[in-house]
Amino acid sequence: MAELMAAGEEPEILFWVGCAGSYDERAQKITRDICKILHHVGIKYAVLGTEESCTGDPAKRAGNEFLFQMQAMTNIEVLNAYNIKKIVTGCPHCFNTIKNEYPGLGGTYEVIHHTQLIQDLINEGKLKAEGGESFKGKKITYHDPCYLGRGNGIYEAPRKALEVLDAQLVEMKRCKSNGLCCGAGGAQMFKEPEKGNKDINVERIDEALETNPQVIAAGCPFCMTMLSDGIKLKDKEQEVKVLDIAEITARANGL
Amino acid sequence: MVAQIIFLVLTLAAIALFTVNLRKIIRNIRLGKPVDRQDQPQKRLMTMLRVAFGQSKMVVRPIPAFLHFFVYIGFVIINIEVLEIMIDGLFGTHRIFNGLGGLYNFLIGSFEILAFTVWVSCAIFLIRRNILKLKRFSGVEMKSWPKSDANYILITEILLMSAFLLMNAADAKLQLLGASHYVNAGAFPVSQYLINILPSSESALVILERSCWWFHIIGILAFLNYLPYSKHFHILFAFPNTYFSNLEPKGEFTNMASVTNEVKAMLDPSFVPAETEPGKFGAKDVTDLSWVNLMNAYTCTECGRCTSVCPANITGKLLSPRKIMMDTRDRITEVGQNIDKHGAEHQDGKSLLDDYISREEIWACTSCNACVEACPVNIDPLQIIMELRRFAVMEESQAPGSINAMMGNIENNQAPWKYSPADRFNWAQES
Repeated sequence: MAELMAAGEEPEILFWVGCAGSYDERAQKITRDICKILHHVGIKYAVLGTEESCTGDPAKRAGNEFLFQMQAMTNIEVLNAYNIKKIVTGCPHCFNTIKNEYPGLGGTYEVIHHTQLIQDLINEGKLKAEGGESFKGKKITYHDPCYLGRGNGIYEAPRKALEVLDAQLVEMKRCKSNGLCCGAGGAQMFKEPEKGNKDINVERIDEALETNPQVIAAGCPFCMTMLSDGIKLKDKEQEVKVLDIAEITARANGL
Repeated sequence: MVAQIIFLVLTLAAIALFTVNLRKIIRNIRLGKPVDRQDQPQKRLMTMLRVAFGQSKMVVRPIPAFLHFFVYIGFVIINIEVLEIMIDGLFGTHRIFNGLGGLYNFLIGSFEILAFTVWVSCAIFLIRRNILKLKRFSGVEMKSWPKSDANYILITEILLMSAFLLMNAADAKLQLLGASHYVNAGAFPVSQYLINILPSSESALVILERSCWWFHIIGILAFLNYLPYSKHFHILFAFPNTYFSNLEPKGEFTNMASVTNEVKAMLDPSFVPAETEPGKFGAKDVTDLSWVNLMNAYTCTECGRCTSVCPANITGKLLSPRKIMMDTRDRITEVGQNIDKHGAEHQDGKSLLDDYISREEIWACTSCNACVEACPVNIDPLQIIMELRRFAVMEESQAPGSINAMMGNIENNQAPWKYSPADRFNWAQES
């Protein structure tokens, strides 16, 4: 972003990568695929790079409003300094926080999640599913991230991105507004679960496997971790792939 | 005349007692912190009409939705009959509305059919709770009083409907016998089948009809006064509760203004915050919660839809959103009783956190909003959990160790993991 600024240019959209997308090895792949998609359709985008920092979401959900607002105000200062108007995020948690909780602290932007961007690009005819891996007829089940689905009512965009593949979309018993959490939200990602008789991600994977899928589609790096761990535990890594919507889109277009 | 006076005294006493208890509940709710829920009145009204009147969130589970619909519509419609009973009782008339002619027959006929469907629905509800033992109605919080409460409600409704139908049957038979005072009025599509099992003597029928009439109305007045002590209070509070419910996206959590002031002052020393009263951060006790949280607690009918979709509860953790609401109500009731007994300043040394809700419960929440989504009357257990967490973290620094580590990382590295901020852009180099 700093480079664009120095060149006196403004991006059409800022890609907010997020901590998982920046540091987590698995999520980094998703980040690069989102970049490939942006590049493929010729959108002029920028990233903050080392100027980006945690949105404060996990701190806020853990109850630390101080730390959250410190993070938020620092980020807002950076975003406003660059005169950012539109943001696409690679993570539903960043998406929810910037979209809903930043305006009250002085940061108002048009914020979309990358699955919404993909839906828009498909609707505009800029993105198809051709020239790459064929998902035709493959059984795909989509896991709704809580902060995209129930949190913000976005159920259709990710499904739209899958429909275009001509794949066989199968819904889990608990889906959309009734979708079951992967177990990572509310700062659970960063702690051991409380005592119980099962891990939440295992409960979810059991349900996903009931649909007999070849691909489990996700839209959140934390869900990605939880679902991938579940698949590993069930020893199904060879048969079932857990892929982000961005990865599926990039593969289908040979990016 | 004596009957009319007894009726008047009973009715006034019942209404007075109910008013006293209702005012206590409203006073207790007002112990909560202020929160503005007066905005967007039109949207609020539509929400109330859709969710409370229209029962839109019940349809997710069709069987109970179907049965509940009969009980609900029965409750609403049969109140027209209660109006007639009230007038008859006060003025010594009998079936005062019979002047409506064909419409009256239609009304009484509909009440009978509704009374029958209410009866059957309540019987099925009792079977679901006590014989089929549906999982949703069990759980640690559903022992003793909450369990009996549900059964008392269902049995009372069955008794009230039985009295209503038996009263009509006796009335119909008296009409056939041409008894004086019993004018030909009403249609009896259900109670006609009871006529044959009734005694044939006129005096016995009159006694039966009058007993059922008194039982029905005294039952209703008693039930009215049972409501403030019961989960059944939802029949009243579902309406304001949905009206004042959160209209923002569920993922959005409130930004605490008190914190904003301090953070702004920290980042910009020249910032002068507006005068705000110093309070604690988050909630330790019910009086630290908002009035909406407390109204939520009084509205909860303990149906357990929240708990049955809670990922933590499903996987055997201690957390149950229903228990969060029941604990909140139990505690605010206790706080209210303390005020009645010992005055407003009394402290009993207890609090919602720890004495009612444990740390293990609040830290098991994934903030997934499934409980909020599932509630048929828009109760928000998540907000209470978050307020308790805020207190634990900001007032006590009592978070689980790994959460403290995560927060330390954000403070030092601007990421929840222990990575260097300088490496944040490394993803672009590899492929």
